[in-house]
Amino acid sequence: MTGAAATGSATGTTVAGDTLIRLEDLRVHFPITSGIVFQKKVGAVHAVDGLTFDVRRGETLGLVGESGCGKSTTGRAILQLIRPTTGRVLYEGGDLAHLRGRRLREQRKRMQMIFQDPYASLNSRMTIGDVIGEPLLVHKMGGKAWRKAEVRRLLETVGINPNTLNRYPHEFSGGQRQRIGIARALAVGPNFIVCDEPISALDVSIRAQIINLLRQLQRELGLTYLFIAHDLSVVRHICDRVAVMYLGRVVELAENAELYDAPMHPYTQALLSAVPIPDPEAEGRRRPVVLTGDVPSPVEPPSGCHFHTRCPAAREGLCDVEDPSLLEVRPGRWAACHLITATDSPHIRAGEDDFAVVAEGGETA
Amino acid sequence: MGVVGNTLLRLTDLTVDFASQEGMVHAVNRVSLDVAPGELVGLVGESGCGKSVTAGAIIGLTGMLPNATVSGSIEFLGRDLLTLPEVEVRAVRGREISMIFQDPVTSLNPVLSIERLMTEGLELHLGMSHADAVARSIELLDEVGIPKAAGRIRSYPHQFSGGMRQRVMIAIALSCNPKLLLADEPTTALDVTIQAQILRLLRKLSREHKAAVLVITHDLGVVAGMCRRILVMYAGRIVENGPAKSLFARPHHPYTVGLLKSVPRLNEPRRETLQTISGLPPDLAHLPPGCAFAPRCFLATDECWAAEPELEPTEEGRLSACFHWETLREGAAPA
Repeated sequence: MTGAAATGSATGTTVAGDTLIRLEDLRVHFPITSGIVFQKKVGAVHAVDGLTFDVRRGETLGLVGESGCGKSTTGRAILQLIRPTTGRVLYEGGDLAHLRGRRLREQRKRMQMIFQDPYASLNSRMTIGDVIGEPLLVHKMGGKAWRKAEVRRLLETVGINPNTLNRYPHEFSGGQRQRIGIARALAVGPNFIVCDEPISALDVSIRAQIINLLRQLQRELGLTYLFIAHDLSVVRHICDRVAVMYLGRVVELAENAELYDAPMHPYTQALLSAVPIPDPEAEGRRRPVVLTGDVPSPVEPPSGCHFHTRCPAAREGLCDVEDPSLLEVRPGRWAACHLITATDSPHIRAGEDDFAVVAEGGETA
Repeated sequence: MGVVGNTLLRLTDLTVDFASQEGMVHAVNRVSLDVAPGELVGLVGESGCGKSVTAGAIIGLTGMLPNATVSGSIEFLGRDLLTLPEVEVRAVRGREISMIFQDPVTSLNPVLSIERLMTEGLELHLGMSHADAVARSIELLDEVGIPKAAGRIRSYPHQFSGGMRQRVMIAIALSCNPKLLLADEPTTALDVTIQAQILRLLRKLSREHKAAVLVITHDLGVVAGMCRRILVMYAGRIVENGPAKSLFARPHHPYTVGLLKSVPRLNEPRRETLQTISGLPPDLAHLPPGCAFAPRCFLATDECWAAEPELEPTEEGRLSACFHWETLREGAAPA
C-alpha cells in the first residue's frame, strides 16, 4: 500500500489497508505514591484503560477526546516512550512492548512523532540542521556529507529554504518551527507518525498550511498517521477513521463520514454538538447537547460505563453497574454503550436517527 | 454605529505603542469602535494582532507599563478614561468595567481562598461589610453554576477544575454589576464541552445583568454563536466591522475571507486542501507603508502598497478597511 491509496481517502472512501498497528487491551496506569523516603503505592491514574483497535496501513486514524482522556498517553505508549502497564502493541505483527535496546531502536526508525508545541520541542541551542540531522546520527545513517545533503532535502520537502540550516529555532516562526519538527520526524524514513496535536499551538491562518503539508506528505510518502487532536472539525477534515476516547477508553470508532453524519455514542453526540461553527446561521439552527459537570478523575473512574455520570441518557441499574465493551455494531462501526449494543434496547437504531439517544433526555438550548 | 446617547464604550483612534529594542512596536494602531449597552461584540484576530492590548488599554493594564504610550481616547459613558483623574478612573475600572482572563489557572491568586478573591471587590468597590460580601459571593457562585457554593467558598483555586475556576473568575467579574465585561479568550484553555457550558453561561449572565460583553478570541466559531457584531483585527488595526450574520456570509475584507476559508467546518463538505493565507503576519515594529495585509492579499494592487486604506462604511452598518471590498462583493475569491 502506497500513497496512491491514501489519495483516495480525501473524499472519505474506505482505505482497504491491512493492519499496520494493533493495540490489544493496552493499559497505562501511573502509580500514585505517598511518603518521601519509603514510597508506598496508594493508587493509580488509569490514563489508558484497555484499548483494542487497529491502525490500517496508509490511513489517518483520528484520536479525539478532551484533555486527560488518555489520547496523548496512547500515542506515547504505542511508540514505547511510555511503557504500557499491560497489553500489547503489535507493529506488523511483532510486539513492541517487550523490545529493548538495539532492537527497539531499530523499530523506532519506522515510527516517529510530531509534537504539539514547536517552541518547546526543538532544542534552542542546536541549529535546525543539527536538530533535523540528529536522528540520522543516532541511527548511524550515512556519512557527514550525505547527512548534510539529506537535511537540505528534508528542509526543501517541508517548504523551508535549505540555506537556513545554520540558523537557530528562535529565528523561525511557530509555523516554520512546526515544519522543522515534521522534517525531523521524517528524517529516518518512518512509515508511521504519531501527530500529537500538531496544530493546536499555531495561529489560525498558519494551521491550514500545516494541515495541507501533512496531507501532501502522506500522499507522496505513503505515511500512516495517528492524529491526536481535540479539534473535531480539523479531525473531520484530515482523518479516514476516528476513535473517540473518554477517560482512558475508546467509546466509539467509525469511518469519518459515518461518525460525523450520525454519531452513535451519547458522548460523541455531545462532543460534536459542542464544536462551534463559524457561521451564525448554522449556529442558530443547532440543538446543542450540553453536558453538565466535569470529566471525573481518572484516579477513581466511575463504576460501570465511565460516562454514566454525565450521560443524559444513562439508565440506572445498567450503565452505572455494568461496563460496556467496545462492540462492532455494524461492519467497521464500533461503540461501547449499553443503549446501543443491548439487544433489548429501544435505541438500537440510534445511529441511523441523528441524535436519537439523547434527544429526549438531553438539555437543549 | 450607535448614537452618542446609546454608546457605552467608545474608542477613538486608540493607539498603543511599546518601545522595544527594535524600535516602536505599534501594537494597537488608531482603533475606533463603539459598544452599546448590553451588546455582545466579538473582537477577532490572530496572536499579536493587538486584540488583548486593546482590552488591556480599556481596563488600564497597559497604562501601567513603563514602556507603553497610550493615545487617543477611551470614552466610557461619555468620560475619557485616559484624561480622567486616577481616583475617578479607579471607581470605573474593576467596578463598571471588569475582565475575564484566558487562563483560569494562572489568573487566580493561588494563596487566597475563593472567599478572599470574591469579597475583595465587593468590599472595596461597593463598601459592603464582610458578612454581606460573603453572602453575596455565595449567591454569585450559585448563579455561575458552582454546586454547594456555601460549603466551597473557603476552598482554594487549586481545589477546582479548570472549568470551575473559569466560573469563579466570571463570578468575580460580575460581582460589582459591571456594565461592560471584557472576556479575553474566555474559553481557549478549556475543553470543548466545558467551552460550550461557559459560553452559554456568559450569554445568560449578559442578558440577566444587562452587561455588554466584548469577547476577544482567535476562534471565529466562538463568536459566531454568541455575538451580534464582529470586529476583525489585523496588525493592530480594525479591518472589518459588521453584524455577525452578514459579515460571516459576505465578508468585506480579504483577511476575513482568508480566516473563514482556512478553517474546516462541521457543516460543510470536506475539501481536499484547505485554503491558506500565504506568508506570515507582519512584524509590528516594521510595518509596510501601505495596507499591512497587502503582502498576503490576493487582491493587492499598487494602490494597496502605497497607501493605507481607512476603515470606511461599505453597506448599512458595516465598515471595511480595504480599497477592493467591492470586488469581494462581486464574488472575487482567492485562487
